[in-house]
Amino acid sequence: MNKQAKITEIVEKLSGRPLTLAPDESLFESGVLDSFALTDMVSALESEFSIRIPDSDLTPRKFDSVARIEAYIESRS
Amino acid sequence: MAYLRAFGAYLPSRIADNAELAAGTGADAAWILQQTGIQTRRFAAADESVASLGVHAAKDCLDNAGLTPRDIGLLLVASSSAEHRFPGPASAIGAALGINGLPAIDLPIASAGSLFGMALAAQLAPAYGNVLVIGAEIMSRVVQRHPSYRDTAILFGDGAGACLVSAEFGFAEIRDALLASDGDFAEALRLDHDAPLYMDGRTIIMQASRKIPRAISELLGRQRIPAADVQVFLMHQANLNLITRVAQSLAVPQERFFRNIQNYGNTSAASMLIAAAEWRAQHPAPLAGPVVFAAFGGGLHWGALVAK
Repeated sequence: MNKQAKITEIVEKLSGRPLTLAPDESLFESGVLDSFALTDMVSALESEFSIRIPDSDLTPRKFDSVARIEAYIESRS
Repeated sequence: MAYLRAFGAYLPSRIADNAELAAGTGADAAWILQQTGIQTRRFAAADESVASLGVHAAKDCLDNAGLTPRDIGLLLVASSSAEHRFPGPASAIGAALGINGLPAIDLPIASAGSLFGMALAAQLAPAYGNVLVIGAEIMSRVVQRHPSYRDTAILFGDGAGACLVSAEFGFAEIRDALLASDGDFAEALRLDHDAPLYMDGRTIIMQASRKIPRAISELLGRQRIPAADVQVFLMHQANLNLITRVAQSLAVPQERFFRNIQNYGNTSAASMLIAAAEWRAQHPAPLAGPVVFAAFGGGLHWGALVAK
C-alpha cells in the first residue's frame, strides 16, 4: 500500500466514511475532519509511518489535504 | 512551603443563552451547544469593570478563608481583557480592597494567567505571607458578535475567580508546578489593539490537545503520582471537547475533571479559579487525593500545578 492509500485509510477510519475528495481538497473545509479528529490523525500518522511530529509542525496547513499530508510525510522520511 | 487556603468567585447576574448568541451571530443555537458544550454564559453589566469583578471574587475568597484584606501580603491579578493598556486592574483592585501600599502585580497572559499566578504565589508566599491570586475577565467586550466572528463570540463569558495561597497553612500543600511558553504560535490566539479577539481554533486545539496532557503527565511523573490517584482535575474551561480529550489522553475518567463551562463559557484567566471555587464549595471535606490544576492559552502559555 502506498503512502496516499495509507493516509486515505487513516482519514476514512477517523471520519467513519469513505473519502470521496480529490487529494488536494481540504479535509476541514469539506467537513471530513474537525479539529479534534485532526489531533487523532496526527497520532495515527506518527504510528503508521514511524515518525515523530514535533509541536512546531502542529498546524492545520500541513495536514489540510491528503496531498499535503503525503508531502509532509515524505519530508519527514 | 505554600498552601491552598481558599477560593472565591464572582459571576455577573446577566445570563446569555445560546438563543441570544444565535440571534447576534447568525449561528444556530443547537450548533453552538454541539460545538462547544456551552449552554449559557454571564455578561457583565455596563457599570461593571474587570477590577470590580475581581474585587467581588477577592472578597468571596477572603470570606471563605476567614481573613480580611489586611491579611494579604501580595496581590497577583491575571486578566487579558482589562480596559487599559496600563495600568492593569491589579492596583485598582488593591485600592478597592483598602490595601494601597502593598504590591499589586498584573499578569496579562490570558487563559493561563491564573495558573502562572498560583505557581508564582507558591514561590513568593514564604516572603510575602498570604498571596491573593485573582483572575478577572470581561471577554464579552473583546469578542465581536458578527457572523464572521461567530467562532469566538459563542465561546466566551465574563467572571472572576480568586485563590488565597498561604505560607502558613491551608487544605492542601502546593507540591510542584510546571510552566511553559512557546512564542512560535503567538499569532494563533491574540487580542490586538482596537480589534476583536482572533483565534486560529484548529491550531489552538492541536497544540492544546498535546501540550496539556503532556504537562500534566510530566508533573505527575516527577512527583510520582499516578493520574488515577488524582481526586480532581481543575482545568481551564476552554472547550468541553478539549477537557474530554485531555481526560482520555491521561486515561482518567471524564468525571474526574470538574466542568462548569456549560454554565459560564470560557472566561479565560478567570475560568480555572471559578471552577476551583465551585468544586471546593461542593467538596469542603479534607482532600481524598491530590488536586491538579491545568491551563493553556494565548502566548502560547500553559502548565500544570499539583497540590495535596
